[in-house]
Amino acid sequence: MARDSQAALVALNRFGFGARGGASGDLINAASDPRGFVKAELARADGVLLEAPGLQSTPQLGQAVFAYQDQVKQAREAAAKAGTPPEASPPQAPNDQKPALRRNLSLNTAASEIAGQMADAKPAEAPAKPETMQPSAAAPPAAKPAPQPLNVIQKTFRAEALARLQRATLVECGFTERLVVFWSNHFCISASKGELARIWAGAFEREAIRPHVLGRFADMLKAVEQHPAMLFFLDNQQSLGPDSRAGQNRKRGLNENLAREIMELHTLGVGGGYTQEDVTSLARIITGWTFAGRQGQLGTPGSFVFNTNAHQPGPQMLLGKTYEPTGLAQGEAALADIARHPSTANFIATKFVRHFVADDPPPALVARLRDVFVRTDGDLKAFATALVDSDEAWKAPLTKMRSPYDFLVASGRLLARVPEDPGAYLNSLNLLGQPLWSPAGPNGFPDTSAAWAAPEGMKLRLDIAAQLGARLGNNIDPLDLLEFAAADAASIETRRTIERAESRQQALALLLMSPEMQRR
Amino acid sequence: MIDCVENRLLTSRRGVLLGGASFAAWAYLPKFARAADGRDPRLIVVILRGALDGLSTVAPLGDPDYAGLHGSIALTADGAHPAIMLDSFFALHPSMPEFARMYRDRHAAVIHAVATPYRDRSHFDGQDVLESGYAGPGRVQSGWLNRALEALPRGERVSSGLAVGPTTPLVLRGNAPTVGWAPVALPQADDDTAMRLVDLYRHRDPALATALSQGLQLDKVASGDDMKPKGGNQVAQMRQVARGAAKLMAADDGPRIAALAFDGWDTHANEGGPVGRLAFLLGGLDGALAEFESGLGERWGDTIVVVATEFGRTARINGTDGTDHGTGTIALLAGGAVKGGRVISDWPGLKLANLFESRDLKPTTDLRSVIKGVLQDQFGLSDRVLAETVFPDSASARPMKGLVA
Repeated sequence: MARDSQAALVALNRFGFGARGGASGDLINAASDPRGFVKAELARADGVLLEAPGLQSTPQLGQAVFAYQDQVKQAREAAAKAGTPPEASPPQAPNDQKPALRRNLSLNTAASEIAGQMADAKPAEAPAKPETMQPSAAAPPAAKPAPQPLNVIQKTFRAEALARLQRATLVECGFTERLVVFWSNHFCISASKGELARIWAGAFEREAIRPHVLGRFADMLKAVEQHPAMLFFLDNQQSLGPDSRAGQNRKRGLNENLAREIMELHTLGVGGGYTQEDVTSLARIITGWTFAGRQGQLGTPGSFVFNTNAHQPGPQMLLGKTYEPTGLAQGEAALADIARHPSTANFIATKFVRHFVADDPPPALVARLRDVFVRTDGDLKAFATALVDSDEAWKAPLTKMRSPYDFLVASGRLLARVPEDPGAYLNSLNLLGQPLWSPAGPNGFPDTSAAWAAPEGMKLRLDIAAQLGARLGNNIDPLDLLEFAAADAASIETRRTIERAESRQQALALLLMSPEMQRR
Repeated sequence: MIDCVENRLLTSRRGVLLGGASFAAWAYLPKFARAADGRDPRLIVVILRGALDGLSTVAPLGDPDYAGLHGSIALTADGAHPAIMLDSFFALHPSMPEFARMYRDRHAAVIHAVATPYRDRSHFDGQDVLESGYAGPGRVQSGWLNRALEALPRGERVSSGLAVGPTTPLVLRGNAPTVGWAPVALPQADDDTAMRLVDLYRHRDPALATALSQGLQLDKVASGDDMKPKGGNQVAQMRQVARGAAKLMAADDGPRIAALAFDGWDTHANEGGPVGRLAFLLGGLDGALAEFESGLGERWGDTIVVVATEFGRTARINGTDGTDHGTGTIALLAGGAVKGGRVISDWPGLKLANLFESRDLKPTTDLRSVIKGVLQDQFGLSDRVLAETVFPDSASARPMKGLVA
């Protein structure tokens, strides 16, 4: 039982979400068998799925949006007739910061709420001193104005976010959840696209990403590109084959948005050997990939359907190969081939190593993972295992910056607080530039240290850490937490800085901001 | 349907304000600022990410093929929302009345059929080329504006800086130190905690020490109630960002050179014509320019705002009343220092044979020539520095003359 705290830091921070506080013993367990600690999660095949009471399927959620939109419309029409403002609240941008702004609170108040909610989260298995803990179910401060009732879209988004955050806080190492976050960002949609995207964001990850994180890349690719959330996000439900019946009747045609991003961002990568012709050709091939609308003429409203009427007829040439007109199967065959393309293996291996190991990924490790990807026909469990088995992943210094999401989850784990309300996390993610499931573009959030270690970002992290320190520092011994987080892998300077802090509050803020907590 | 579109814009605007927009400035005054001759030039670079449809912003109404290609979203000289004629050939989008006024006052200009040297259609590579100033995409870690700053004589340190969003845009990233500011306010960590952390970082993590020290300095200046976000619609928020930036830049010891990025211009579907999605965004940009003008006050006379985007969009609308990724587009110049009132263009025409790859407005002007012209006239950078350091391997794209009044 060699104790290797440095390797334990790699196991917990590079591969996972950091050590949990309380009585978890994560660091000790990881130190005794670092690789085994990480790989144990991969053996639990069902551990990657996420089911929680109340989380619904994509068609159910789509129908909920349709019903909500109908309601709003009726209320508006009724109000127009009566000449009065509508009773029902109009469709608000379900922005988790907006209610605070709308209530005209000062931003300072809003920010205290952020840290407050996080601080009020339920202590996990914490060795609590109950008399000094803030009561988690305390009545809200009396001065707070009554909050606007949330609509079904906002409620769903928050429920999905909460389920994901709770899972990330509770799991042992977090490697599987980190894989989910990686693939979810690789195949990102953005909730800011509209109401359907927002209500579907969590379901998309549960249905298209999670079942395949330890499965096959080709299956994930197909599940993603056929998911209504992706079809909506990249406009494919509007794309019509110019010579299809619908294209002819409605005088509308192709939209190549999804086809381009499939090749550029999801599989081959820029320079992966495709041309503008290939983009257009793939766009034609996947015409008709859509989801059934509120009327349900094509199928259950909100479910994926192949609409033959919108599909471009005829064979298509893609990447030098002809695909016969086999309807839905034409596109599925094309995706299967793209998934196996050598450029895809290279692109995915590079991005994966960059995410987990270093901004400049070690070429030998990339090559090894690429070979595993090719040899196993995109077996993502073998792919992830090969990373854990490599020497490079354990020897490379911990230079990557934790993303805001990683940072907040790691802090919550160390403080042993299971969130009961996602608001604090969602608002903090907004402030730190990583709004949940809402990247600015289809390339997802950036994945380099430079992006997350910018001056303003660091300043905001410190402000959040200081708020957490002020709220929780009373009840916590920061040196105990340092033992949980890093033990003897902590630097002398970090230990000294925490020991010499003028207060426990300050010590906690400094611990959360220490290089040991910021780098992975 | 309209609600749906507006909702999307409102929420994505949140993304722009807090995540997708970046505003950063050079940490020093140029040496010649506050010089005896009173010349104190300012430059603001606005990057529109997502590829702006130049043909919908400044429409070539005089081109016989325009209306057919742009179809349902084409601008027209008449109707309920007529485009604003800039000359006998080009007309401005009706949601940009402020820019139109500046143009009439000869303080704004348009460069049309312009493009960077990038000829493929990936946003991210296109933005790389636009911001890095290199002829092709690559993992370059510095931007042309930063390298231009390195060539300028450095004066005092600015007492304030600004950055909207937690990251610095590539165009201003590099060796020359920059500062940033975000218009959001948390209850702040106290100075003592911050200094202890900076000290720890100095010993253990110098890169974080630098980043945090900069973040702390910047935040001190940017205050004042009117600069906090108040919600409201997208247009108001775009204006607000510009207002905060202008306030800092107007100060005597404030930054002179800054960059800002707005996301959201990728109009694949339902782009809209005189009204609609793009119109909404252009209204926001127009408002931001007006805020720069009023916020900079008498300094507006020394200022140039350059608005550029990574590439244009297809000349012909696609099957979903939008436009796909294209090539040639526009650049805009605004500011009291602009020799304006002109649309500068070697117009290639929109006949099929004249389109780039039979689909895009063919670029006839190199965007680097425009920017080099501005940098040269505004800051006196030499041809050589511009062609070798600021825009490497760009000797063939000569600085455009006479852009500055």
